[in-house]
Amino acid sequence: MSTTASFHSPTPVRPSSPRRSQLTRNQRPKWLVPVIGVAAVVVGAALSALVGFSPALWAVFAAVVFLVAAPIAVSVIEGGRKGADSLVTYLVYTAFILAVVPLISVLWTVLANGLPGLTSNLLFTSMNGVTGVHDNAAAEGQGPVLGGAYHAIVGTVSITFWATLLSVPIGLLTAIYLVEYSRGGWLGRGITFFVDVMTGIPSIVAGLFAAALFGLVFGPSTRFGFVAAVALTVLMIPTVVKNTEEMLKIVPNELREASYALGVRKWRTILKVVIPTAISGIASGVTLAIARVIGETAPLLVTAGFATAINWNSFSGWMTTLPTFIYYQIMTPTSPTSPDPSQQRAWAAALILILIVMLLNLVARLVARAFAPKVTGR
Amino acid sequence: MSTTVTTKKSASGGRAGDSIFSGLSLGAGVLILAVLAAVALFLFLQALPTFQAPAEDISGGAGFLSYIWPMVIGTVIAALIALLIATPIGVLVALYISHYAPARIAKPVGYVIDLLAAIPSVIYGAWGTTVLASSLVPFYDWLTNNLGFIPLFGGPASQTGKTMLTAGIVLAIMILPIITAMSRELFVQTPRLHEEAALALGATRWEMIRMTVLPFARPGIISSVMLALGRALGETMAVALVLSSGPLTASLVQSGNQTIAAEIALNFPEAYGLRLSELIAAGLILFLITLVVNMIARAIIARYKEFSGAN
Repeated sequence: MSTTASFHSPTPVRPSSPRRSQLTRNQRPKWLVPVIGVAAVVVGAALSALVGFSPALWAVFAAVVFLVAAPIAVSVIEGGRKGADSLVTYLVYTAFILAVVPLISVLWTVLANGLPGLTSNLLFTSMNGVTGVHDNAAAEGQGPVLGGAYHAIVGTVSITFWATLLSVPIGLLTAIYLVEYSRGGWLGRGITFFVDVMTGIPSIVAGLFAAALFGLVFGPSTRFGFVAAVALTVLMIPTVVKNTEEMLKIVPNELREASYALGVRKWRTILKVVIPTAISGIASGVTLAIARVIGETAPLLVTAGFATAINWNSFSGWMTTLPTFIYYQIMTPTSPTSPDPSQQRAWAAALILILIVMLLNLVARLVARAFAPKVTGR
Repeated sequence: MSTTVTTKKSASGGRAGDSIFSGLSLGAGVLILAVLAAVALFLFLQALPTFQAPAEDISGGAGFLSYIWPMVIGTVIAALIALLIATPIGVLVALYISHYAPARIAKPVGYVIDLLAAIPSVIYGAWGTTVLASSLVPFYDWLTNNLGFIPLFGGPASQTGKTMLTAGIVLAIMILPIITAMSRELFVQTPRLHEEAALALGATRWEMIRMTVLPFARPGIISSVMLALGRALGETMAVALVLSSGPLTASLVQSGNQTIAAEIALNFPEAYGLRLSELIAAGLILFLITLVVNMIARAIIARYKEFSGAN
């Protein structure tokens, strides 16, 4: 444009003039990037039409064209440094979209496929006695989809209950040892290190451990709910320890010292002062740990077996949980010739599972907020 | 003095409580170490028959090593694909949350990423096998037609899309939140003064990030990637559901290859006798691999802890 002209001429620039002042020269006009964006969408549509149109292809081509054209345009006008800056900016936004797309797709798939199957049958009946014959009939439109996930919900609840009962005391006491007793001793450092390492144990290895342990005691291929609970405990302990440790660490030392100064014993100080102060964080940490293990599938495949009937007893008989129910309904449909009813049950169970996990996460946040220690003194 | 006697009485009761309580908490800590040792010990005990059995009794008939190594390779390939995809995206998303997004959306976006981590793996697997696999088939066809000369994309492409590449992509989606959550935590801890100094010297936003944020967070990024690697190596359900397994092949767009975790999950329910022991031995190998990866990651974190405040 005529920026150089305005530089040479001493005449004041008229307010309505399109000329740009000294301060804004060498800057891209505001319309440039949106225009490139629109152009990229158009070019992307044209390119994808050339190879066979699909919305995904369109989006990919448009994004690539934009990511190439916009930084080049900017670097021509404003110089290479600004060009690199804008390239990274657009890459960051693209990465964000790329990360969110699968999330939306997963949630949408579960909702769209799961809602039709969410019937009272699914919630309140088991798969006991449901065979391929019923599924074939349902697939041909003669009768409803029978069978449900009630036994799986029962299994999930009882196995998770035992896992929580085992891991919370151990995790809590370990965290207390680390924060209140060890205080950086060699044993404490060792435990911290190995708890961190334990976080990375593959879930299937935890399952194999429980299977091997009970296999040695009760003979090979021992499977019942409690074995699975032990496997989940191995996975749950590190989460509980880490969360509780963090929470105990932020309890102010003044509170402990005030208690000691009144002559209170250490164990009573911990029970009556430290833990009540941190209880909201501990509770929300435990809830998050439950949310983490409730969706575990692999350890249950090797420890709890697979059942079609309701079994409340965690100490004898095979059990099914929601994740293994989903897995088996997809991998081995009840009726191999018409897998649709099985698919429907699987997605409905997936919807229930996601709802439970989301609910637990929400509860954890609410608990953390509701019982948070007051900032001001009482 | 009578008062000291009475207080001594109550104090001794307290002392007993003290020692019981400290003993309990010490016991819990030691129990955790014992559990970790027991994991290794019991896996080893149950795997022992495999190591002693004659080579022709092992599946494949050529000994345990030739049974396990294709799966070790498969496991590493799947994890590497996942890392190659998830590392750049995860770090960029973390940058988005810490330095690009307006403060008003940064927090909800953090929740959304945590949500991604909360979804159970079996649901990712179900999604991968029903939605993602079939929608990637045209892409795989294109890859074999145009890049087929590279052995990685050798054709003919699988027409169900249940391939190693699909499994790797699903794994990438699953480990993305780990990388993002840890990197973001470090990015926001970058000293404000460093950032402002860079900006005051005329750096663009990207130059500021390159000169202050990334050097500060580098060890944290490395260790988060290592942790994500550990997760990807051990992830079972996504691969078991998505991959249509088979012998080791170089092509990522054909069915074939297998990972250790998926092999165990698919075969364990029906296994007995030596086969059971074989699968447990495979689990032991997986345990050792992830143990080494995690220990390296933790060692890196511990080394840089005093500078970065990461853990």
